[in-house]
Amino acid sequence: MNTTAQMPDASAAPGGDGPAKPRRDPAGTGRGTPRRPRSPQWAAWGFLAPVVAYLGLFYAYPLYRNIDLSLRDYTVRSFVQGGAPFTGLGNYRTVFRDPTFAPALEHTVVFTAVSLLFQYAAGLALAVFFSQHFRLSTTLRALFLVPWLLPLIVSASTWSWMLNSDSGIVNSTLGWAGIGPVNWLTSPSWSLASVIIANIWIGIPFNLVLLHSGLQAIPATLYEAAALDGANAWQRFWKVTFPLLRPVSAVTLLLGLVYTLKVFDIIWIMTKGGPSDSSTTFATWSYRLGFGTLLPQFGPGAAVGNILVVIALAFGLVYIRAQRKQMSS
Amino acid sequence: MSAHSHVGTRPPAVVPRWTRKRQGRRTWWKTAVGLVLTAVMLFPVYWMINVSFTRDQDMRKSPPDLFPTHGTLHGYRLVLDQQLPYLGTSRAIGLGTVAVTVVLAAPAGFALAKLRPYAGGVVGFLMLAAQMIPGIIMAMGFYAIYLTLGFLQSVPGLIVADSTLAVPFAVLIFTAFMAGIPGELLQAARTDGAGTIRTFWSIVLPMSRNAIVTVSLFAFLWSWSDFVFASTLDGGGAHEPITLGIYHYIGNNNQEWNAIMATAVVASIPAALILVLAQRYVAAGVAAGAVKD
Repeated sequence: MNTTAQMPDASAAPGGDGPAKPRRDPAGTGRGTPRRPRSPQWAAWGFLAPVVAYLGLFYAYPLYRNIDLSLRDYTVRSFVQGGAPFTGLGNYRTVFRDPTFAPALEHTVVFTAVSLLFQYAAGLALAVFFSQHFRLSTTLRALFLVPWLLPLIVSASTWSWMLNSDSGIVNSTLGWAGIGPVNWLTSPSWSLASVIIANIWIGIPFNLVLLHSGLQAIPATLYEAAALDGANAWQRFWKVTFPLLRPVSAVTLLLGLVYTLKVFDIIWIMTKGGPSDSSTTFATWSYRLGFGTLLPQFGPGAAVGNILVVIALAFGLVYIRAQRKQMSS
Repeated sequence: MSAHSHVGTRPPAVVPRWTRKRQGRRTWWKTAVGLVLTAVMLFPVYWMINVSFTRDQDMRKSPPDLFPTHGTLHGYRLVLDQQLPYLGTSRAIGLGTVAVTVVLAAPAGFALAKLRPYAGGVVGFLMLAAQMIPGIIMAMGFYAIYLTLGFLQSVPGLIVADSTLAVPFAVLIFTAFMAGIPGELLQAARTDGAGTIRTFWSIVLPMSRNAIVTVSLFAFLWSWSDFVFASTLDGGGAHEPITLGIYHYIGNNNQEWNAIMATAVVASIPAALILVLAQRYVAAGVAAGAVKD
């Protein structure tokens, strides 16, 4: 295992049984090689090469295949046997003209924006609350991580049952308060709200953790100074905490945005994007086109997926810029 | 200032001094509020457990029982009967993903943190960008490739696909962590005659234990929880992971919600264990993944 054939001075001992040590001529007798014969670049890229190869094979190539899929007219037959005709942007035109396009775009925007807003607001309120010092604050904050750690299928199926029209705990609680049963998952006017609620629940811990660690970085002296100046808690939050938290907030929101755009599991498991596309987003639409039916439409599915990649990467770049700015400040 | 030092041990800096004085009297209600908030947040988890113990005949009762007063283990018996192979597969896939991830990412993190490779910045950037690609797109690409290669419905195929969830994150964590290892230490090793590989193996890797734990936890958890790759690449295979086990339960229009929820409870055990045993690594991972570059 230990293939470090690189202990030059040990080789001074006679009878060193190690493998021949290539290029390591002691005392620098080599043909003009400098004192450190193995170039550092060589070693650095030796360590990096596996992951770069991996990126190429398992990121770049699947992405390339996806682009290829979106530019050809694939049938199930040609998907297996090859030879699908090149159709340029035909699949994209099909997708744009599809009656699902406008609703899917709208749902993606609403799902992402509403989820982010509530996750962030709740996460920030909780972060401020839990950064106070009281008994059990650390333990309780740790328990808040649970929804984020659970497998999405677990959360999604639990929410499905809680939101069940007839036997769900949510409707029975609402009924107790005098509100009639809501068909959370089966009515087109509520299905999107249902998956958003579940997604907010899952996303709060992430916001809480990031914003909490951001709060830790704000010096306590600032609060003391503000308090001396007569600022009450509300003012201290809006004049001190919130402005100073802006860089962390930006990073949290942007990262949340990129992650929320990709959300697929929760929606698919809870509603399959239905009923009648009322909770379909780009992610679930892409999956449905490619895998959700007996007659897969790989081309359009890949096209929808690629639109999603472009949107995600665009915001991803904004995120990386914001993060760089935060690091350098 | 590496990310892991942020978490856990440091006392909250935001506590203003004037509250500290009156802490004993003033904070009990905060604990009470905190308990209520936590209870609300964790209610779905409680409900999952409650339903998993509920008898079939009580399942559609209105209003539902808030406590499993007539608890049954029927759901868990079904899990033992039907779901054990799925759980075993998930564990194998999880461990495989951990191995692939650590073996690939640790050397890369070392290179990016300490060896200043040419174009290392570009690689680091690609790692960030890679995390932004929606899983469903990766799944479609993998599907097309695996179909050609005949890799569909295979456990190694799923391990490779699942590792794409963790590798970029792992490289970033290792880079951030290893950047915190003092350069003098590596210099000293070099002076003593250790080569790069030897330095990595005998010094950097043992010192990076925390990063290895963090990366392993997340790699395991993500592959254990993966549904997208499982359903696209492994659906209908001989060895399906537990996420598909649950999905089949729901998909078959199964009305035995105690069995479904019992499976969900069992599938949550790794997450619970990780939270109890390694909470500080989890928080460190969340913070490091997002705030470090």
